[in-house]
This record gives sequence, structure tokens and C-alpha cells, in this order.
Amino acid sequence: MDARRDSEPTPMKNPTTTERKSDRELVVTRTFNGPAHIVFEAWTKPELLKRWWAPKSFGLTMISCEADVRVGGTYRLVFRHDAFPEPMAFFGRYIEVTPHARLVWTNEEGEGGGQVTTVTFEEQGGKTLLVMHDLYPSKEALDAAIASGSTSGTGETFEQLDELLVTLGASVKRS
Amino acid sequence: MYYILNHMVQYTWIGFDASFAALSDATRRGVLEHLGRTDASITDLAEKFHMTLTGMKKHVGVLEQAGLVTTEKVGRVRTCKLGLRRLEEEAAWIERYRQLWDARFDELDKVVEELKRKETVDGRKKRQ
Repeated sequence: MDARRDSEPTPMKNPTTTERKSDRELVVTRTFNGPAHIVFEAWTKPELLKRWWAPKSFGLTMISCEADVRVGGTYRLVFRHDAFPEPMAFFGRYIEVTPHARLVWTNEEGEGGGQVTTVTFEEQGGKTLLVMHDLYPSKEALDAAIASGSTSGTGETFEQLDELLVTLGASVKRS
Repeated sequence: MYYILNHMVQYTWIGFDASFAALSDATRRGVLEHLGRTDASITDLAEKFHMTLTGMKKHVGVLEQAGLVTTEKVGRVRTCKLGLRRLEEEAAWIERYRQLWDARFDELDKVVEELKRKETVDGRKKRQ
């Protein structure tokens, strides 16, 4: 079943790391095998952004992707997860755009003040180190994001999961 | 209800594949319901659901991986309860977040490769 040819060795995959750097900060890092201007282009052209932001392997499908990458410009990414009938939207505004080096945007889909995301692109020897930094308005805001994404705190989460299963059950029966 | 779901989903869909797989089985749903009422050992659960110890261990393993159940061994008895401990919960969330970005970046790798090739070709054209 291995379709790889010997003449094409699989390149080493660069690792992705995530870390909660402090009470309010979350950091993701990854190196890309290409120069910064190319990686930057893939983050700032909507037609390229839509090709990787909603990976199929994660059960995601991109519905629409708008990004007006300049200071004050807005973005809106709408996608769907296989398990949910309702699409999800992420949206906000770019507050800093430095070509090939740095992007900063707000995240406005959550309630209250959302986190501010800073992405830096640092080129070294033809490769690019990408650092994505999320700064939440408070420790409580990041804790809440984590807690609402976790499965304990069982009561409420399970109630919601129950509702979800009922919805899914109903939609399976209908089809 | 959709509003609640949607709001929850913004942050939670990341871990839902594993949760749905875990909940697709009637025994595992039964185990969760039971643990919602009281903690139980694997032996208790095996008896209650008329299963072998090995079979129940597997089910509990799936629930544990999905972050729905946590187990703790005291002496010779492994006790199961709902949910994760707080630190583990955070670690699990961060790992799921990492997996999401890793999947995105795998796709981004392809875009970068394509743009690099295109640039090489364009560069050659310009030189000709």
C-alpha cells in the first residue's frame, strides 16, 4: 500500500509546539521550509489561506474566507465541522501588518474582549520560523476558553453534549 | 439551543471527534451515565454491564482518551470517575489545540512548496 517511491524520500516533518507561556498567553511555533515572503503570502492571500485553514484531516470544511490584510482591514473565516450542522465564524480586524515579518489581529467572535493574535515570520537560511502568540485580556478569559473546550466540569458540558446527540440523532433519522 | 452550541463549539469542536467516537457505543454511554451518579471501579463496571474485565478496561480506555473519564489506581483497585483533573484538562486542551495547528500547518507546507516551485519556474522564465 505504500505509494511512495524510493527516489522521493519523505521530507522530515517540522514539529508544531504549543505552550501556555503565562496566565494570559498561548504560543504556537513551527518552522516552514521556505522563505518568509512565501509563508507570509500564504497567510495573507485569502485564496491561499482558505487552502490550509480548515484541514480536511480535522473534519473541517471552509465555507468562505475573506481577509483584507491591511491595518484596519477585517477578516471573516466561516467553516464547518463534520459533526455540526451550524457553521462557525471567526472574525476580527488587522491591527498591524508588516510585510514578510509580522501580523497582528483581534479575535472578535467570542463574548467580551477576545484575545489578540500576533504572528511573526523569521527567516533563517531559507527557512521560516513562525511564532503565533495569543494574548488573552485576562487569566480568567484564557481559563474560560480552556474550560469551555474541556470535557470535565461535567454538569453543563454533558447537558450540552446530550442536546447535541439528540440533534445529531434527529438529523440522522431524517436523512 | 443553536446559540449555546455555536458558542460552545467555537472553542470545543477541537476535541469532539474523540468524544463522538467514545459516545458512539451504548455500553460506553451507560458507563458515563453510571459514573455521573457515582464513582466506580472497573470490576464494578464489568459486573454491572455483564462484561469481562478486559472488555471493560478497553471501553474505559476509550473514554479516558477522549477525556471523558479519569481513572486512579489505589492499591489494587482502579477507580473511574467523570472528567479530568484540572491540570490534565489544560494539558489535554493544549494538546488538541496543537493537533489542530499541526493539521493546518501540514496543509500550509503544501502551499509553501507550491509557491516555491512557482517562484523557481517564474525566476527561470525571467532569466530567459
